[in-house]
Amino acid sequence: MSATTRPSLLLPRYSAGQRLNHWITAITFLLLTFSGLALFHPSLFWFTQFFGGGTWTRILHPYIGVVMFVSFSLLALQFWRHNLLSRNDLHWLKQIKDVVRNREDRLPEVDRYNAGQKLLFWTMIATIPTLLITGVVIWRPWFAPYFAIDTVRIAALVHAVCAFVMISGIIVHIYAALWIKGTIGAMVRGTVTRAWAAKHHPGWYRRVLRGEDH
Amino acid sequence: MALQSLDILRRSATTTPSPQQRQMTEVAKLIDVTKCIGCKACQSACQEWNDLREEIGINEGSYQNPHDLTANSWTLMRFAETEQNGTLEWLIRKDGCMHCADPGCLKACPSPGAIVQYSNGIVDFHEEHCIGCGYCIAGCPFDIPRLSKKDSKVYKCTLCSDRVAVGLEPACIKACPTQALVFGSKEDMIEHANDRITDLRERGFENAGLYDPAGVGGTHVMYVLHHADQPQLYNDLPKDPTISPVVSVWKGIMKPLATAAMALTALAGFFHYVTVGPNETEGDDEEHSA
Repeated sequence: MSATTRPSLLLPRYSAGQRLNHWITAITFLLLTFSGLALFHPSLFWFTQFFGGGTWTRILHPYIGVVMFVSFSLLALQFWRHNLLSRNDLHWLKQIKDVVRNREDRLPEVDRYNAGQKLLFWTMIATIPTLLITGVVIWRPWFAPYFAIDTVRIAALVHAVCAFVMISGIIVHIYAALWIKGTIGAMVRGTVTRAWAAKHHPGWYRRVLRGEDH
Repeated sequence: MALQSLDILRRSATTTPSPQQRQMTEVAKLIDVTKCIGCKACQSACQEWNDLREEIGINEGSYQNPHDLTANSWTLMRFAETEQNGTLEWLIRKDGCMHCADPGCLKACPSPGAIVQYSNGIVDFHEEHCIGCGYCIAGCPFDIPRLSKKDSKVYKCTLCSDRVAVGLEPACIKACPTQALVFGSKEDMIEHANDRITDLRERGFENAGLYDPAGVGGTHVMYVLHHADQPQLYNDLPKDPTISPVVSVWKGIMKPLATAAMALTALAGFFHYVTVGPNETEGDDEEHSA
């Protein structure tokens, strides 16, 4: 297919601004994960060393959280339209066994994002604002004193649950990027090969060829 | 902050046993509310011994001064007026850390060794390890720890662990003029309390009793109350205090399970890669060479 149309071998998938936005979100996510897990389980308390000790970890975590929320919000505003679920996505999810066994040819046609990517997007939409709200409630010394103690307790638990869901989701996200070869370049250089697009996102590929989307 | 290092029953955010070769006798402070005259000598003695001073506040129409526990005031006389058995009663309760056998503060604390529990029952904060997160405040069923505005560390009654370690009684006990405060082994204190309760019942306080709540495993600060059936009369002393179930889930079951689940998710990814293998796009090479 690509042999006949060969003006440019690489297709643009993410702009420089989008890449920058994604990586600010990713870096703040990593900082938050390490500082948060340090205070979650004693076996991970040594992560506080990356931040200059326990007290610095406690001080920095919420500010980094605000940066991630703002950065993620900008990403979400740009990408939400591509993440609306379609009927094909349900079939894709039902055939998850084919997905994990690399039998992609049996799957229904995927557009710009597959159902897994879309579910991750909506998981982030659910957890990140919740993490911000609950994080403000337990933020000492600034805001926690203004809330009833039961509210603080519930916020702490919900914060931990949302962080767990989010971190688990991002582990899958990172693994998928490593597993599907040719994906990292999309977010590092902004481009993918035509063959990659045709294989993993044929619906998007056809629309790009028609000049409808990029 | 004490010298006892061989008798650490529990240590916050620590999963292996702490040095606990030495088993101390369990101690307790008994606060006989029925004998308290509200003189606040204990409050003064606490500040004196710990070299702390409360800021001068304003009078809001109550004897209670300061109005609440603070990082400087680790004990506080709380005054309540209530009508019981047809007469006005002025109930005065010395508030402060209860030194729970099952301390919610210690359970919630994420910083190793910032909170310790000695085998004599004293629960102590080691402020130099405190990171100021305030989780102990969420963990405590009695609303005791106070975060300092000065240094963002939490402070509370130490039960004078430094004095008890060298065979002295807590400073507040020494100052009490009516022996409403007594200190000794927990066993002796329960016995002493029972004598008092028998006496009170004979004098018409049918519901007199000991406050040593089982929900937190018992406490190492106990009260003799004239109305043990209604502890809430004494400025909302909780009737059946327990560590909040929310905190128990957060710092109990969820902590190991969620950590394991995240580690297994990452491990599952690795195993998938080494069994099923990467998903490669054929034809990429052809394009590169083109």
